[in-house]
Amino acid sequence: MNILQHIGHYVLKFFRTVGRLVLFTLTAVSHCVRPPFYPRAILRQMLEIGYFSLPVVGLTTIFAGMVLALQSYTGFSRFSAEGAIANVVIISITRELGPVLAGLMVTGRIGASMAAELGTMRVTEQVDALTTLSTNPFKYLVAPRLIAGVLMLPLLVFIGDIIGVLGGYLVAVYQLNFNPSNYIQSSWEAMETMDVLSGLVKATVFGFIISLMGCYHGYSSKGGAQGVGKATTDSVVSASILILCFNFILTVLFFEK
Amino acid sequence: MTETPKIRIRDLHKTFGPKVVLDGLDLDVMPGESVVIIGGSGTGKSVTLKCTLGLMEPDSGTIEVDGESVVGLNARERERVNHKFSMLFQSAALFDSLPVWENVAFGPIADKTVTRKQGKDLAIEKLAQVGMPAEVADLFPSELSGGMQKRVGLARAIAGDPEIIFFDEPTTGLDPIMADVINDLIVKVTRELGSTGLSITHDMASARKIADRIAMLYQGKIIWQGPADSIDDCDNEYVQQFINGRADGPIEMAVRK
Repeated sequence: MNILQHIGHYVLKFFRTVGRLVLFTLTAVSHCVRPPFYPRAILRQMLEIGYFSLPVVGLTTIFAGMVLALQSYTGFSRFSAEGAIANVVIISITRELGPVLAGLMVTGRIGASMAAELGTMRVTEQVDALTTLSTNPFKYLVAPRLIAGVLMLPLLVFIGDIIGVLGGYLVAVYQLNFNPSNYIQSSWEAMETMDVLSGLVKATVFGFIISLMGCYHGYSSKGGAQGVGKATTDSVVSASILILCFNFILTVLFFEK
Repeated sequence: MTETPKIRIRDLHKTFGPKVVLDGLDLDVMPGESVVIIGGSGTGKSVTLKCTLGLMEPDSGTIEVDGESVVGLNARERERVNHKFSMLFQSAALFDSLPVWENVAFGPIADKTVTRKQGKDLAIEKLAQVGMPAEVADLFPSELSGGMQKRVGLARAIAGDPEIIFFDEPTTGLDPIMADVINDLIVKVTRELGSTGLSITHDMASARKIADRIAMLYQGKIIWQGPADSIDDCDNEYVQQFINGRADGPIEMAVRK
């Protein structure tokens, strides 16, 4: 009986959480498309998510591209297939590594900060203060973050793709002594519009997930500093898992024959 | 013909799990009147304010503002009703990402009743009303002392010329002199605006100074109410125990002996 009670308790808790999240998402999305809008708040978030995340994403993708070129050379040279390195680098970066690594890095940087900021605002009654000033907190706090996340992640990933491919080029040309023009030509021939587009669509979804998880956990936090800390951890963990999960789902949708 | 109360609360109930916080609360606040609710911690004072502002939904009962029922309003209707209100929070609840002037002029700028430029002038004018110099306008809340934050909170509360102002523990955490300064300011600004005031506090000096009428909340009900200057002569033993701060009496604290 006791075990059944426990199972029932956790099942109910799970469905309550899912229900709350679905309601939060629907409310947040509806506020993204209905005026009034807060352009200054949106621009500030775009700057925070896009511009200030650029160094982190750039560094991550350049090293990913470099390691990819180096490791594929080690593997492919056994079969005298070194020519495929450019192919491997560009497909891996644009389809998978660019969006996933950028998504995970931005989760750590932005998702955590959103949850901490909104969580602190919640526990210090700043969110209530917004309501008393006739400002809907969803419109002022959540919608700008969602809009900025959805717009900026694809842009970040696009730049990350270029930097990642450049990383592969640098290793291939300066360490593995590939011919630069041959490498560029191979890369160009290997690049498919669908590869890049699928990565950008993934980035859009990841941007939504990161902002949504950061806002949801921050907005729902309670209980002072400990609650804010928990919200921050939960937002990073849940966004990271959802990114990997949706990456698989989107890959299947895009590329399963 | 009797005057319509600015706020009319009838048979208000609110529970949190097994804990009954409000248990049939009745209260009227007349236009231009300043009512102070006193009572110990956890007796439902803040919950009463939050239910009136729509930050919480009561389990049952009615709340009317200017004769209009405000329980269960949708978000848009709530925003309209909340234009009549403003609130000074216990922690001031200033937005720490915004400078002081933007905090003060937040409501009027969000309502688009003033431009940002006019908002800054308005903020400086309101800061002057609470005795703060114009130089404070460009500081951030984290650069202010607790008393200064309370004064900025008060300036924000009066910036939109509200019809009703709520004061949540306005003197908590302040030294006695600063507490008296805040009390004087509350009396001054509400008289100047002709606003209706509803305050909650357990600071009797503050209650005596700012109240026209005092109501005592105990176990979710108003157990006594009357003119502020008659409280010392009332024969309610609960009130007498509370205002004299005696440990012995009918009010039993949940403290293990």
